[in-house]
Amino acid sequence: MRYSLFSLARQALRGHRGWQPVWRDAAPQASYDVIIVGGGGHGLATAYYLAKEHGIRKVAVVEKGWIGSGNAGRNTTIIRSNYLLPGNEPFYEWSMKLWEGLEQDLNYNAMVSQRGVLNLYHSDAQRDAFARRGNAMRLAGADAELLDAGAVRSMLPFLDFDNARFPIKGGLLQRRGGTARHDAVVWGYARGASDLGVDIIQNCEVTGFVRDGDRVTGVTTTRGTIGAGKVGLAVAGSSSRVAQYAGLRLPIESHVLQAFVSEAIKPLIPGVVTFGAGHFYISQSDKGGLVFGGDIDGYNSYAQRGNLPTVEDVCEGGMALMPVIGRVRMLRSWGGLVDMSMDGSPIIDRTPLQGLYLNAGWCYGGFKATPGSGWCFAHLLARDEPHPTARAYRLDRFATGHLIDEKGQGAQPNLH
Amino acid sequence: MRIPCPFCGERDLMEFAYHGDTEPRPDPTAADASQLFFDAVYLRDNPAGRHQELWYHAQGCRSWLVVTRDVRTHEVLGATLAKRGAA
Repeated sequence: MRYSLFSLARQALRGHRGWQPVWRDAAPQASYDVIIVGGGGHGLATAYYLAKEHGIRKVAVVEKGWIGSGNAGRNTTIIRSNYLLPGNEPFYEWSMKLWEGLEQDLNYNAMVSQRGVLNLYHSDAQRDAFARRGNAMRLAGADAELLDAGAVRSMLPFLDFDNARFPIKGGLLQRRGGTARHDAVVWGYARGASDLGVDIIQNCEVTGFVRDGDRVTGVTTTRGTIGAGKVGLAVAGSSSRVAQYAGLRLPIESHVLQAFVSEAIKPLIPGVVTFGAGHFYISQSDKGGLVFGGDIDGYNSYAQRGNLPTVEDVCEGGMALMPVIGRVRMLRSWGGLVDMSMDGSPIIDRTPLQGLYLNAGWCYGGFKATPGSGWCFAHLLARDEPHPTARAYRLDRFATGHLIDEKGQGAQPNLH
Repeated sequence: MRIPCPFCGERDLMEFAYHGDTEPRPDPTAADASQLFFDAVYLRDNPAGRHQELWYHAQGCRSWLVVTRDVRTHEVLGATLAKRGAA
């Protein structure tokens, strides 16, 4: 069923009794051309683009829980393409362009809202670094504007501009950045993929791989063995655990990242704002809740919940930036597992095993990459060669020294 | 999460800094030293279960500790002083 004003009006006249399930809950068949492990945004986007762009329709997405129950449902929904390095920026800009056409492409309201992403700077040195970043973004076709303190003040008058320790000197603004509705992205891709014949198989946990020598020919699951021409892993957060079934040891640590939402208040924050002197970022949802977060907790974790020191640190960052939120009550907090890679950048590549492909290492930035990641992973799976914008995301770059280390922190995942 | 420091007793997480796996430093004179260092620096077992890791008691006695922890529950199972060759 195609969604439109016309279909809405027709359903309204019929008392909304004619709506169909958005996607088909499938049972596993004996074999597929491609199996995607992981029914989050990245996995479903991969399946959608495999079917739509490459004509490969005998595809299954296997998910251990329900779709979107992992990081796709736990992020802070920010979309942006404000990276510096040539290995990253073209990829994220491609993803940003896909976001801009996503709703029309999927015929699904993903609530993509280009309300702007503003990174604040607090010193002359930081201004210079942001100017450089903005130039790098524009060279890759993205948009960036360097604002002075006056321009920021007119946008966000409630910030603590004259903070004694970290005065706000200006910001780097990407107007095309913003937010999207994370669940709707999952459901939209699931609907698009399902309509093209992709089987979405829930409650089906992968427990191992079927191998013929160095070739992967299928997966064993809690719902039986399924054969596959190719298997793609899109299970960020648990990549090491699943790859271990294939005997692979990855350059990844699993960490917990917390996020927070406040009670709903009247419109206060027009876009996404990030603090440049600590790690704090915030936006306001359409329901009015302030959605914010900061650093990862910083130790290995598979617990999907964090500890209080990080909560305190994030809230201190918020108070330093905008004391106006001091009396807003925090409503909920939660944690998600993130693949922290050794240079802070993702991996979209083949593995040493034939027929097994890896999409991993998204650190805490996977949501904005959802369309681009699906597009590039589908390209790799279909053609056995990397997409031009994802060529640098190699698994062997750690051995060859071609790291993509935006923060220049070295192989210390909890600092990226 | 509270870590039982052998010197200071059980102390809050805020006092500690994390430094990751207790991967021993490879022998730099080994024939395959570059491969060994690549493994040690970049690759991780990243298990979902018991994990041995280094913590630094930065706001306390400033000892390096080897902490054993269940990363699925954050339960701390023990902490000893880190010593060369003991990891």
